[in-house]
Amino acid sequence: MHLTRDEELLLQGERGDTLRRAMEILVALGDIYEAERLIEIKSAQIAGVSYKTIGDAGLEWISDLNGKVAVPSILNPAGMDLLKWREMSIDEDFARKQLAIIDAYRRLGVAIECTCTPYLLYESIASRGDHLAWSESSAVSYANSVIGAMTNREGGPSALAAALVGKTPLYGYHLEENRVPTHVISVEADVKEYGALGFLAGKIVGDGVPLFVMRSRPDRDDLKALGAAMAASGSVALYYVKGVTQEPPQYDPDACEIIEIEDEDIRSVYDSRADAGDVDIVALGCPHCSLQELEGIADLLEGRKVSKELWICTSRRVAESAPETVRRIESTGARVICDTCMVVSPASERFSHMMVNSGKAFVYIPGMCGVKATLGSLEDCINAATGGS
Amino acid sequence: MEVKCHKVSGGCAEGPALVTRERISFLGNVNPETGVVVDPSHELYGRSIAGAILIFPGGKGSTVGSYVIYQLKKRGLAPAAMINLKSEPIVAVGAIISDIPLVDRVPEWILDVKDGTWIVVDAKREVVVLPDGSVRI
Repeated sequence: MHLTRDEELLLQGERGDTLRRAMEILVALGDIYEAERLIEIKSAQIAGVSYKTIGDAGLEWISDLNGKVAVPSILNPAGMDLLKWREMSIDEDFARKQLAIIDAYRRLGVAIECTCTPYLLYESIASRGDHLAWSESSAVSYANSVIGAMTNREGGPSALAAALVGKTPLYGYHLEENRVPTHVISVEADVKEYGALGFLAGKIVGDGVPLFVMRSRPDRDDLKALGAAMAASGSVALYYVKGVTQEPPQYDPDACEIIEIEDEDIRSVYDSRADAGDVDIVALGCPHCSLQELEGIADLLEGRKVSKELWICTSRRVAESAPETVRRIESTGARVICDTCMVVSPASERFSHMMVNSGKAFVYIPGMCGVKATLGSLEDCINAATGGS
Repeated sequence: MEVKCHKVSGGCAEGPALVTRERISFLGNVNPETGVVVDPSHELYGRSIAGAILIFPGGKGSTVGSYVIYQLKKRGLAPAAMINLKSEPIVAVGAIISDIPLVDRVPEWILDVKDGTWIVVDAKREVVVLPDGSVRI
């Protein structure tokens, strides 16, 4: 990989050990993926925040670093609500370690916003054509597909290295030629639940780049759900929806695999609904709820009381921007939970059967929490939590 | 004999070879408190990787594996150096953040080296040094 003089100096340790190490990470990845050079990034979004996922190993590494990030950088969800962790029955030892991780990131100049939806917090964090180093798979998908920015799916250390140096190796989705569709998916259905569609599509496409052709018009929240599910059931980091997202670069339609998804395919994803009787928790907000989604949930809950645990996960910034909406939701007995989610918090592990409306949570909950998961529509979830029908 | 390789993480170290043909997921396969391979389905089950020249095709699994390598190093339980056929980001990043020499792009017969063979990994010079006759080529 070609390095500038300044980059060479960083690599030789002229500006300290932390930057040398960060450069070594970027150069090693550049070598592995045959990048020509490094490219400047607009922002970084760093995974590896929940103590549940990174453990003492991650805590030790981050704590040993010295320096400041060179570009705006924010965090992925932590393992608990940073303020209301006691109400989530998080134990003291976990909380202490989690707060130590947060402190270590704060020392490095990372903004302490723990969310998988950074694009809902700051519009300036990513714009069309910007290069980024983001880690969270659904945020990566949203940035590439909906915003039209360019990012690979970074691991925790590589995103942090990119944040410290302000650059990332130029390969993968940073290059136009890797952003052409590999599959054309025609959807012959009136889609209401994009998480279910994404769950199906991700399984089919794997790590490809699908172009959807559909008569439904997904809004931004729908696209958020679609991308998140495809990044979980497959490893899709970029997709297009004809007439809705940006146009793909020039591609050869004959080289694309053609796939049809029909109404009954989507309905089949919900088949497990029949055994939802023993659900003991309902969790919404994977990825974190937008303001519109919070308001929609508050409307659906209006005049009801929850009879089961109901969690609504969102970013602290979105929750704080809508105190009245949060109050309406919590007056029903539901909880609005910030900074964390049902997948990365150990608080999920004490339940036995979780109902979710997210294709992504549906994929991860069994393996990461040891909890049975059922996928339902948003209405199904609200009904299950309130005992209504 | 000297074998050419490609440096992923710098440094020079030597020790006895520990060889597997299976990929390693540091998160899950290796106990960070003991340095012992704890996954019963892994070829190296029950073996300690501490101080060894660990020779394996490459890593796999969760990116948290990079931190596990770091944790092993801090406890003095990490391999002295690692040799891959082709490094992937998890092991590469783990070696770099832990200052463990790691090289790749070596010939495949390196996986035929016998356990315990004394090996020098000089990532700086991009060579692996083995005793003559340690493998039949």
